[in-house]
Amino acid sequence: MKPPPFTYHAPRDLDEALDLLAEVDGKVLAGGQSLIPLLNMRLAAPAHVVDVNRLPGLSGIEAGPEGVTVGALARQAEVARAGVHPLLGQALRLVAHPVIRNRGTVVGSLVHADPAAELPAVLAVLGGSVRLARRAPGGTGVRQVAADAFFAGPLESAAEPGELAVSAFFPALPPRSGSAFEEVARRHGDYALLAGVCAVVTLDEDLHVAAARVACVGVGPVPVVADVSEVCGRRPAATVPWEAVTEAVRRAVEPEDDIHASAAYRLHLVGVLAERALREAAARAAAPP
Amino acid sequence: MSTRLFGEPVRRREDRRLLTGRGRYVDDLGPDALAAAFVRSPHARARIRDIDVSAALDVEGLVAVYTWEDLPERVGRPLPLLIPHPALTHGRTAYPLARDVVRHVGEPVVMVVAADRYLAEDACALIHVDYEPLKPVVGLEEAAHGARLVHDDVPGNVGARLLQEVPGRDGRSAREAIEEAPHTLAFRLDIERSASMPLEGRGVHARWDGTDLRVHSSTQTSTSVRMAVAAALGLPLPHVEVIAPDVGGGFGVKIVHPWPEEILVPWAAMTLGREVKWTEDRREHFVSSAHERAQVQYVRVGFDDDGRVLGLDVTILHDHGAYTPYGIIVPIITSTQLLGPYKIGAYRVEFSSIYTNTVQVTPYRGAGRPQGVFCMERTMDKIARHLGKDRTEVRRANFIEPDEFPYDQGMIFQDGRPLVYDSGDYPRMLAMLKELIGWDAFERRPGRGIGVGCYVEGTGVGPYEGGHVQVTSDGRVHVSTGLTSQGQGHETVFAQIAASELGVPIERISVVTGDTRRFGYAVGTFASRAAVMSGNAIALACRKVRAKALRIAADALEADPADLEITDGTVHVVGTPSASIPLATVAVLANPLRYAFDEEAARATQFAGASAPDRPPVAEGDEPGLEGRDYYSPIRSTFAAGMHAAIVETDPLTAEVRVVRYAVIHDCGRLVNPMIVEGQIHGGVAQGVGGALYERMVYDGDGQLLNASFMDFLMPYATEIPRIETGHLETPSPLNPLGVKGAGEAGVIPVSAVIASAVEDAEGFPVDRMPISPSELFDLRRRHATG
Repeated sequence: MKPPPFTYHAPRDLDEALDLLAEVDGKVLAGGQSLIPLLNMRLAAPAHVVDVNRLPGLSGIEAGPEGVTVGALARQAEVARAGVHPLLGQALRLVAHPVIRNRGTVVGSLVHADPAAELPAVLAVLGGSVRLARRAPGGTGVRQVAADAFFAGPLESAAEPGELAVSAFFPALPPRSGSAFEEVARRHGDYALLAGVCAVVTLDEDLHVAAARVACVGVGPVPVVADVSEVCGRRPAATVPWEAVTEAVRRAVEPEDDIHASAAYRLHLVGVLAERALREAAARAAAPP
Repeated sequence: MSTRLFGEPVRRREDRRLLTGRGRYVDDLGPDALAAAFVRSPHARARIRDIDVSAALDVEGLVAVYTWEDLPERVGRPLPLLIPHPALTHGRTAYPLARDVVRHVGEPVVMVVAADRYLAEDACALIHVDYEPLKPVVGLEEAAHGARLVHDDVPGNVGARLLQEVPGRDGRSAREAIEEAPHTLAFRLDIERSASMPLEGRGVHARWDGTDLRVHSSTQTSTSVRMAVAAALGLPLPHVEVIAPDVGGGFGVKIVHPWPEEILVPWAAMTLGREVKWTEDRREHFVSSAHERAQVQYVRVGFDDDGRVLGLDVTILHDHGAYTPYGIIVPIITSTQLLGPYKIGAYRVEFSSIYTNTVQVTPYRGAGRPQGVFCMERTMDKIARHLGKDRTEVRRANFIEPDEFPYDQGMIFQDGRPLVYDSGDYPRMLAMLKELIGWDAFERRPGRGIGVGCYVEGTGVGPYEGGHVQVTSDGRVHVSTGLTSQGQGHETVFAQIAASELGVPIERISVVTGDTRRFGYAVGTFASRAAVMSGNAIALACRKVRAKALRIAADALEADPADLEITDGTVHVVGTPSASIPLATVAVLANPLRYAFDEEAARATQFAGASAPDRPPVAEGDEPGLEGRDYYSPIRSTFAAGMHAAIVETDPLTAEVRVVRYAVIHDCGRLVNPMIVEGQIHGGVAQGVGGALYERMVYDGDGQLLNASFMDFLMPYATEIPRIETGHLETPSPLNPLGVKGAGEAGVIPVSAVIASAVEDAEGFPVDRMPISPSELFDLRRRHATG
């Protein structure tokens, strides 16, 4: 469990980092909580590792009325402590363990695009985006990729070779909205996730469900987003036809068997968790803290 | 402070070192040593056509590459079969490096030595082994079918088959008793694989100075590794030292010896004339050390209207993996310890030990007992359900009564001696457990259940352990025993025993374990034997030292030894505290060579009697110094017992199982340190919860272990372990001077049975296969809902 040889780079600023990434076929090292195990198990063998931890200006957590911008070097623990977004907070409590959250970055988790990870689902259900920077002729090229285009497949994001994810944007919840994250993992904070669902519910002035979205984790190659607003049908949460809602969510996902659970169990579970998350989100929307 | 420390919850002396990162493990040694790494088989069953190492030779820093053909004859022999047994008709062990064939994924094929581990692994990656893959034998029933063979010369893949029969008092066989019983049941039980999984894997460091070999190994038996290494390398025993430094957990896997690496690393150090170290990584530990637990059991039982067992017939398929270096200890223990605290009418048990193309099976904490207890306790629950009786009532009806000890179960135990229980009080223990968990007041409802499980554990198996105790002239006491430590608290417990026996403050006592430079004869730490074996040996050695100290002090004080006692490190006349002499001074007096190196020695001269010119300074039969050595060798094992109960809640929707309460009543005879015993119980229960709800080794049909990492092998975290409530019962063992029984394995033994019992109670259908995951409980619910 020692990595194969690689060249280590520690650029001092963004320009230097983008130059390097343009020149060499390098893997970006930020928190290292996924990359280092992959290297140690020799499942990844990049010729170059570009450590971006020394880049200035990428640690920001900026909250505005539109939402929160999280810099590439903001650690999961810092984002959780900042308390800038309810759903991010609810998700981060379920991400791994304190020691990992102290090093792991939010943006790194998005780029890693693990289908069993919580943060991609948060970005997906909120309709957030990721900013990617690259060396372009005469300067820096930046593009913003929306969540639905960013998660391309299991462990596959839209970030291309040469690109560095510099920040992610998580839109704020609309007024009279609530969110929740429900999951069942075999062990708390663990990889062995059976399924997870995060939900955002927005109520109208009569406290009827105006919009309801879920993103499901661990039941497809990427976070599976389902808009169930119509099925909820502008009713108070108490009279929403929950069976129809859970059925709609189950129709949207395609879970598979693995060593931890059968596909049939996961299909059942994702409906259970969707209902729990939606009910909780609706309750929070009705009674903001 | 008081020196009567036996029985006190003394804080663990090793914790400051171990919990602050100051422990010294094998990997902390030899920072400049060369590193070894291994090319291991990626196939479960294959023939090796060719090994091409040429590409690896270009790696800078490569020192050596070895295949089986490079090994001298002594080193290249198959590893020893440690514990032969007449029933093990087809025992097989591996070569240190594979010779022509591999029989499980992870079997070592090539050894690489390089300047560091990174380079060694780089070289490993460049070695090309040409395999001819063969379809492997995976799964107990497929293996027992025998269509394909793990070893060409082992028909049916059966390594051993052992039948033991104990007729009833009326002479009827178990099968006859079952035939004629008012009620009978038949069922099948399945237990999955798990493993010891110490946080520190194995590790070996070796240094050869041209004459002497020093080996550090993360082992549970340094003395036996020493003998094995000396034998394999052809070295005289006095030229080999083996030391077990701090060891980060063993749980059974490190009692196996010698591991291939324990031979190969010292051999490479001798051959190369350089220090060599190998530190096992986690992936290696998963696929190349050992697993345990997997069994299929077919059970038939006959019983009367009160639930008393009249006949029990158990047939066991035991998965032994690819090799049998540790013999058939595990299925023998399952077969014998299955009986638990019960006297059953007639018993028939037959096991077949089956080879499969998987990692070998050797003892893991509990060592076959969890499977046996699962069988017996599931049987008790099924009898209760069949008769509509309370589950504890059925158990009570079958208990051995307190006045029936010693109780002979009529079988032969793992140590080759009669299975005779020495002491216990099972009815009282069950009453204590019911009180602690609130059994009679429990409110049952769907999704909430209570379970119970009972066991008896033979502990402290022989043949012997020794202790050496030396009082030096500074008044300090140095205790050593050859038995090793893996963090259990031996330093504390042995010091408590010495403090109590000698009357010396514990601060003045140091303890060394597992270092062949200090103590040469030992067996090892396993089978819940340290406190029983080394504890008693140390007590006996202390008694020798105490007797000698009193004799010398009596001379100096002109008193009768019978009038003397030792407290706080000082010998004094009972009732006359002023007439006293420090033990330090006694130690000086014990040595007639009395150079005044220090104040104690100078002061001691005032007590020196006039030397008698007609007698030698050291009298015949006496020895210089204040020290003693003694051994404890028991007639047979002593039998500890325990009963556990749990309350679980099962989620009606997600099928998650939550352990709400967990209660333990435990009897390990006299308690040396109740806090350490409780710690042992807690750790054991935690491993038991792992086995009941989380851990399994998932092999696919190709013999690949699919979950060979801590990401997918679900050892529980602290977050998954319930608070554990404990109560102690003390029925002293009449077999040993201290009256103690072992406690190391206890906690793990009944947990799968207890959780199954509780889940079954909550769900209303049988739970006959462990562990059980939410997905599996969901499937069971569907099956029972649709009938």
